[in-house]
Amino acid sequence: MPELCGIELEHPLINASGTYDAIAAQKVFGDQLLEEFPFSAFVSKTITPEPRAGNEPQRIWETPAGMINSIGLPNKGLDGFLAEDLPQLAALPVPLIVSVMATNREDFSRLVREVAERDEVVGIELNVSCPNVHSGLIVGEQPSETEALMEALRPLTEKPLIVKLTPNVADPGSVAVAAAAGGADAVSLINTLKASAVNPVTGQPALAAGHGGLSGPAVRPIALQQVRAVKSACELPIIGMGGVSNGADAAEFIAAGATLVAVGTENFRDPRAGFRIAGELEKTRTLGNFAKVALDLE
Amino acid sequence: MTAPFGRRRCEVAENKVSGGYRVFSLLDRAGPAPQPGQFYMLASEHSWGEGGGRPFLPRAISVAETAPAKEGVRLDFLVEGVGPGTERLCGLEAGEQVWVTGPLGNAFQAPKEVNPDAAGAILVGGGIGIAPLAIWRRHLVEKGIPLRVLLGFRSQEHSGGLDELFCSGDSLCPDVRLASEDGHAGHQGYVTDLVAAMLAGDDATSAVVYSCGPPAMLEAVRVLCEEHGVSCELAMESPMACGFGACFGCAVPKPDGGYMRLCVDGPIVRGDAIAEVAHA
Repeated sequence: MPELCGIELEHPLINASGTYDAIAAQKVFGDQLLEEFPFSAFVSKTITPEPRAGNEPQRIWETPAGMINSIGLPNKGLDGFLAEDLPQLAALPVPLIVSVMATNREDFSRLVREVAERDEVVGIELNVSCPNVHSGLIVGEQPSETEALMEALRPLTEKPLIVKLTPNVADPGSVAVAAAAGGADAVSLINTLKASAVNPVTGQPALAAGHGGLSGPAVRPIALQQVRAVKSACELPIIGMGGVSNGADAAEFIAAGATLVAVGTENFRDPRAGFRIAGELEKTRTLGNFAKVALDLE
Repeated sequence: MTAPFGRRRCEVAENKVSGGYRVFSLLDRAGPAPQPGQFYMLASEHSWGEGGGRPFLPRAISVAETAPAKEGVRLDFLVEGVGPGTERLCGLEAGEQVWVTGPLGNAFQAPKEVNPDAAGAILVGGGIGIAPLAIWRRHLVEKGIPLRVLLGFRSQEHSGGLDELFCSGDSLCPDVRLASEDGHAGHQGYVTDLVAAMLAGDDATSAVVYSCGPPAMLEAVRVLCEEHGVSCELAMESPMACGFGACFGCAVPKPDGGYMRLCVDGPIVRGDAIAEVAHA
């Protein structure tokens, strides 16, 4: 059984933050969702201090073997999340990790403190793909910002703190090293790659926000390389993700050094993808040969 | 009634040309019968997201009609090939397998549930948007609810599905009136001309309007209903990656700020539950 920072899990497949709304899915699919819950731990959508409506549409755009999104982190804010969503997520049959994001250390600290003190939460993922309003810099793109944020948050909880790394940097390893120096327990990567598309009919940006983040199988080779780079730079456990759509893909991430593998965009194509991929991954292990499984999947 | 969890394979039973569109049928052995207004996420098993390229995401398509089959239910869809996904669906051949998730989303509500004072229904469809109104029309007829159907088309080519979905035998159902921009059938002009005339009648508020069609038409219908104090339900469309509330792509602005997710809060929305139907 895999474990991450002392959390024992049934299998290595979890969800990427923001790619599964378990509350909505339970309304659509009923209790069958819980019987074959696709993930061994559930990562919430990113929670911010105040409620956010999210970006104006158009928010998504299909690309070759992937999609670009600029959803804009719609969420109920910390208080709304704790009051309304947390009790429902706590009833899921797997451990709960909550993703949080803020634009200054005071707000980040409040999020971590208030979320961590809830028994229902086993760990916190820090979404650092946001600007620090004081410096104007994207925290996760700067090793020094990342380390300073971790130093501020680390004393607030003993629960695992997982830093979600952005791929939009030349050297993700250096950011992971900084996260480790600041006291992070694990890193997860990759977040989406900065991308844009043009609506061929209008000639205007396809997304209302102008740009967004690319995900899906198109990014998988980049994600694999970033996992390898982080693995060689530091010893933190890694949650690897980026375009995983079958067991062979998941096996590649584990081979590259990931402890757990997250499924993101594939959830949109197959609501039960995590459950399926966990089974396929198990098969790769039994056979000890994931090329064989890749062929079987054809 | 919830949808079976996950996607499942369904066999293509038939796929035929109808004007500029296709009417194709799937045999769904596992799913419950859909309610009028609901939709499915569809992707062909092969040549869809494999080996890169597009289409990649499944496509949200409203169900046009359903009937009990020998095993399970038959699902009929009306599709126009306008991009890589819909073109692939148009090219499906009998015997091929399609990945299906659903039925998804909410359903049309009977007139009395929308407005306790309403007794009848006015169905307003445009182009490919006639699809969900076909299954809804049948349900209303079966319930004995009085109704009028107003359908509009740009041209004969864009009236695909009309014969299959709104004709009994060789002739148009008696409750159906047509409008066409090119004048090939019925009133020459927009279907909204027919709506305006009908809503100007004294007893218009005793009906609920149900509409599906291009965004500009839907917005015109919404505004007409608002002006005449008539309740309406609109079957809307939005770019959508998942269909079950996961991707947050299908945001539709609400009148009081914020957004709804069309896949789980729709696709049927009350006219007064949205700010407007966004259209170019």
